[in-house]
Amino acid sequence: MSIRERLSGNEAAAIAMKQINPDVVAAFPITPSTEIPQYFSTFVSNGQVDTEFVAVESEHSAMSACIGAQSAGARAMTATSANGLSLMWEMVYIASSLRLPIVMSLVNRAVSGPLNIHNDHSDAMGVRDAGWIMLFSENNQEAYDNLLMAHRIAEHKDVLLPLMVCQDGFITSHSIENVELLEDDKAKKFVGTYNPDHYLLNNKEPMAVGPLDLQAFLFEHKYQQAEAMRNAKKVILDVSNEFEKLTGRKYSFFEEYKMQDAELVVVCMNSTAGTTKAVVDDLRTRGIKAGLLKIRVFRPFPAEEIANSLCHAKAIAVLDKADSLNGAGGALFEDVVSGMYVNNKYVPTVNYVYGIGGRDTTTKDIEGVYFDLQKIIDNGDIGNPYRYFGLKR
Amino acid sequence: MKDLIEIRWHGRGGQGAKTASLLLADAAFNTGKYIQGFPEYGPERMGAPITAYNRISTKPITIHSNIYEPDYVVVVDDSLLESVDVTSGLKDDGAIVINTTKDSDYIRNNLNGYKGEVFTIDAREISLSTLGKYFPNTPMLAAIVHVTGIMSDEEFLNDMQGSFMHKFAKKPEVIEGNMKALEMSLTKVKKI
Repeated sequence: MSIRERLSGNEAAAIAMKQINPDVVAAFPITPSTEIPQYFSTFVSNGQVDTEFVAVESEHSAMSACIGAQSAGARAMTATSANGLSLMWEMVYIASSLRLPIVMSLVNRAVSGPLNIHNDHSDAMGVRDAGWIMLFSENNQEAYDNLLMAHRIAEHKDVLLPLMVCQDGFITSHSIENVELLEDDKAKKFVGTYNPDHYLLNNKEPMAVGPLDLQAFLFEHKYQQAEAMRNAKKVILDVSNEFEKLTGRKYSFFEEYKMQDAELVVVCMNSTAGTTKAVVDDLRTRGIKAGLLKIRVFRPFPAEEIANSLCHAKAIAVLDKADSLNGAGGALFEDVVSGMYVNNKYVPTVNYVYGIGGRDTTTKDIEGVYFDLQKIIDNGDIGNPYRYFGLKR
Repeated sequence: MKDLIEIRWHGRGGQGAKTASLLLADAAFNTGKYIQGFPEYGPERMGAPITAYNRISTKPITIHSNIYEPDYVVVVDDSLLESVDVTSGLKDDGAIVINTTKDSDYIRNNLNGYKGEVFTIDAREISLSTLGKYFPNTPMLAAIVHVTGIMSDEEFLNDMQGSFMHKFAKKPEVIEGNMKALEMSLTKVKKI
């Protein structure tokens, strides 16, 4: 029997980390992820974990300490948000290129400036090409579940890539909700122990970590990272299936909500997907064939699977909670439409940038998107594909 | 109880409206409900107006937005009545619960013509007499539980005894006062 609990998203993440009991956690506090290392350091003080907690002086050092620890052969974790991730940026790339399966809890927040502590996805989008696996979480339950699956995916021999589990700052991180926890022993058994093949503290196999890598081999090493990312797809499905057998909770690359006969489809990530489900339910009672494709796995990007799922729709809206400021579409939009194009699927698709800097996203906002999609079908005209909602003007 | 009850709290920073919303979520959770409890974080300073929210449902809750059309509103500080539109979106078949000693004419005149039920409670008097200090959130928690009927008074008191023993494990001397504040509040909240 699982444990019925009510926890904030940050508490849920911290409890997952307690059950994982990593060898090293290095972190520097930053809103809204601060509570994760705060709760975790209490677990350390109380002897509930035997983790070495490194209270570093910056996020650059937090990621550096994780890299050092993981290179040495330890399982390392961290948590951060927004500008904390920005300060880590150099080391984020080094972690993935060294093929170190570090796991990060990223509590999404707007990257400055101007200064804002609230939720959007600009922090995550800034590292989308850094070679990290990126899982997004609709609610506190998923933030917990994704963390429990994280090491199994990241540490798999065919993958060996760092992984971040995203959740929406404040919206889920500071909201208490019902959560089903696994018992400690079951969680630990599922996560398993970390047994790296190659590590610095192995005196039988002296090795160098992070040497100069010029024209002769950097290309090949980058190709290996890309291959590992492609390999991650199968591993993610395998681990998710095993997790479902344990918990009954189904995970895949994405969740298809009332998609079977859906004509109007919204694609989005994190907490907005939950709000969208409520709208879909309501529209369905009014005979409107609305559906939702909720992206869970953003990196690797499951382009072909998404294209196959969306190709039966009549109009699609992709919601980006970060503006790429590029004169064209947001990051998720570009990935979705490129995935459709490459797979020879065409459905009229528009982009909405929304929720920037914590602008609240309401059911009325989402309902408006579905009505806009109906207009596109009725008029046979997309109009401006680069749109906003919730913007004052 | 309806399938879904949405509650909005208005208070001032430092009065415990956020804590009260979390305690309410706790209490409802313990009766088997699906719950959400979350504050709307703005500039956090003592005395600044703050808002917190609860959703309590018999079914899983997926919405993650603020609440614009609440069933119930709790006003922890009546000085907000003249500066914040506390009844904004409040459903007429719902109710508002206000911590105040002001007369019913003043209250009615400051609710933008709200047609639903209005309850008042003197949380200051209850808090001072039971706790010796002004913590309005404990009386307001009891008041909203009583008004919404999300659980029986008895069920609520039993549950809160357990919550307080956990919450105040390091200062058990305050548990009795808090329980008295709850009990008194359940009887003192009045419809005007």
